[in-house]
Amino acid sequence: MPLLKDGKIVDDVWAFVEDGHELSPGGCIIVSLGRFLSEHDQLLARNRSIGVRLAVSDNPELLAPFLDQLHLVELQFPKYTDGRAFSQSQLLRRRFGYKGEIRATGQVLRDQLRLMIRSGFDAMVIDEADAEAVFDFSAHEFSEFYQAASDATDTIFMKRQKKREEKAAE
Amino acid sequence: MYRYDEFDETLVRERAKQFRGQVERRLKGELKEENFKPLRLQNGVYLQLHAYMFRIAIPYGQLSAKKLRQLAMIADKYDKGYGHFTTRQNIQFNWIKLAEIPDALEALADVEMHAIQTSGNCIRNVTSDHLAGAAFDELEDPRPWCEIIRQWSTFHPEFAHLPRKFKIAVTAATPDRAAVKVHDIGLLMKKNEAGEAGFEVLVGGGLGRTPYIGLTIRDWVSKQDLLSYLEANMRVYNRYGRRDNKYKARIKILVNELGEAEYRRQVEEEFANQNAWEKVVLPQEEIDRITAYFAPPKFETLPTKSTTLDGAIAVDRHFARWTKNNLRAHKVPGYTAVHIALKPQGVAPGDASSAQMRAAADIAEKYGLDDIRVAHEQDLVLPHVKLDDVPAVYAALKAADMHASNAGLGSDIIACPGLDYCNLSNARSISVANEIQALFADPDFEDEVGTLHINVSGCINACGHHHVGHIGILGVDKKGEEFYQILFGGRADEKATIAEIQGPGLKHEEVAPALKRVIARYMELRTSKTEKLADTMTRLGQAPFKEALYASA
Repeated sequence: MPLLKDGKIVDDVWAFVEDGHELSPGGCIIVSLGRFLSEHDQLLARNRSIGVRLAVSDNPELLAPFLDQLHLVELQFPKYTDGRAFSQSQLLRRRFGYKGEIRATGQVLRDQLRLMIRSGFDAMVIDEADAEAVFDFSAHEFSEFYQAASDATDTIFMKRQKKREEKAAE
Repeated sequence: MYRYDEFDETLVRERAKQFRGQVERRLKGELKEENFKPLRLQNGVYLQLHAYMFRIAIPYGQLSAKKLRQLAMIADKYDKGYGHFTTRQNIQFNWIKLAEIPDALEALADVEMHAIQTSGNCIRNVTSDHLAGAAFDELEDPRPWCEIIRQWSTFHPEFAHLPRKFKIAVTAATPDRAAVKVHDIGLLMKKNEAGEAGFEVLVGGGLGRTPYIGLTIRDWVSKQDLLSYLEANMRVYNRYGRRDNKYKARIKILVNELGEAEYRRQVEEEFANQNAWEKVVLPQEEIDRITAYFAPPKFETLPTKSTTLDGAIAVDRHFARWTKNNLRAHKVPGYTAVHIALKPQGVAPGDASSAQMRAAADIAEKYGLDDIRVAHEQDLVLPHVKLDDVPAVYAALKAADMHASNAGLGSDIIACPGLDYCNLSNARSISVANEIQALFADPDFEDEVGTLHINVSGCINACGHHHVGHIGILGVDKKGEEFYQILFGGRADEKATIAEIQGPGLKHEEVAPALKRVIARYMELRTSKTEKLADTMTRLGQAPFKEALYASA
């Protein structure tokens, strides 16, 4: 399945290593939250890129002390109607200031892409033949938003305020 | 009434376009029904027994003549010439074709309306007091805050796939006409000790399979903090609400399983942890801009009494009865709010034909300052009518056959569409409601009985709010046969109480005669006409009424 990063198809250099399995000496690896929390000293000392996979019930706050050393956090959609990863993503970006990749996996459908982009996901594994076109379409389907979210979009409330200020300045 | 600016308008136009694309993909087979379902639901489109059902949002129940005429147009062009007003102040159409819904959405956008989040597991249309802005007993007009909540919740990216649906109601009056205690979140406007207006926040109320009265999670939150505090509640619910069983997924179950104190602690912790940039704070100018749309209309200075009205009452006893039952006190002397009861004998409660919608629109324009409300009792309300104009309003309503004079009385029944329309339902609701209405065919008898709330649901999902009727009726299926359980003592007002099931279910034809006995018992036992059935039951217990219910005829 294609991996989209910032809307473009890229090669996936990351590999998830099951709990209890040995880590390969090279390459970028993703581990579970449990493994990361118990082995973070060794993992971060590998001088390799480390990512963490959060289950939908995992608390992203547990990663807060390590976020500036992580390159990737994988959030899951066991079903596309399970919206817990949207809260996890907002917490990572807006509460804890995480700047690395947030990747969506699981049941990722085109009609969720807008919500994902707004919530701070910048990568997703999606089963679409023309993934880039689908992403581009979804990203631009709506031009206005009421809520401040993890993307940099000006909200409607901010735009209205700007208009009022411009009018007052005239 | 709020008017869209270019931003609001862009959004509803883009939504219509988006849904057109999704419907096209569905019809071409590119989108499986399984994956289409959550998308169509968030646009108010259900797949019902016979056809698609389309639910349109009427934010906090407010309409103008122009909007109501457009609903009439949709009823004629895309449906069978009528619509069904719901207990959440929305309207539903039961016979629309999927391929035509995008056109209907465009037509709605033309009059600043939409169907966004009218179903699905998201924040639903916010409801309020149908007398907001007219009521003499409200702290202030709650509608600006309803509109602010509408905008904040529209396409909220974090809360589009909640464990279950989420309903918010706001009231600012002491007699609670918005049933805030039986909502996922109920907001009751009130002042703190310093005299500043804010909100009491009730969480976890709801009907359905497991009814609960909402608990006060915050005694008072400021206007400034309202949206941030709502976000804290929503986030706790989105993260921890149950997703393993849809019947245990509402926030009421989370609050109940965590316990009130622990739920409150989690919300307060989340609220306290919000960074400054996570707070949802609207500039005061924006709050003022939205509030200005709800400024009181220009009322005339009028005497408290109208000789025109009193004269008409003296000569027409049908009119006299209608004024007694269907008028509500107004905050401005010489004005009244008029209930248009959509519950005449023998009609599905809440149904209105396109001709009736147009008639109501004309009357509102001519006599009602172009303001129409949908009440959660499934009636229409004209909130601002001059007492002098009441006879003319009645005449016009009579011409449209909308002059039922039973507002708040026994035949003013809340009922869901039931087995006739709904594929969740176990039993018919409308026919039972009609048979009960027939008990009150004699207006003198109905007046003598007085205020009485009878609510009918066709299944345990409780769309007919049977848990909060003085008498509640719940349709159940027993081995393929319809039975009806009877509940006593519910109410949805400020003394909100969940009704109790009495005993074995009754057959369809036994329901109305049994209720007749209960009502007779009530009239024997009540201390006065002003003692409501629920009050008599509180005073005496339910046993005498249960005895009457099951007494053989």
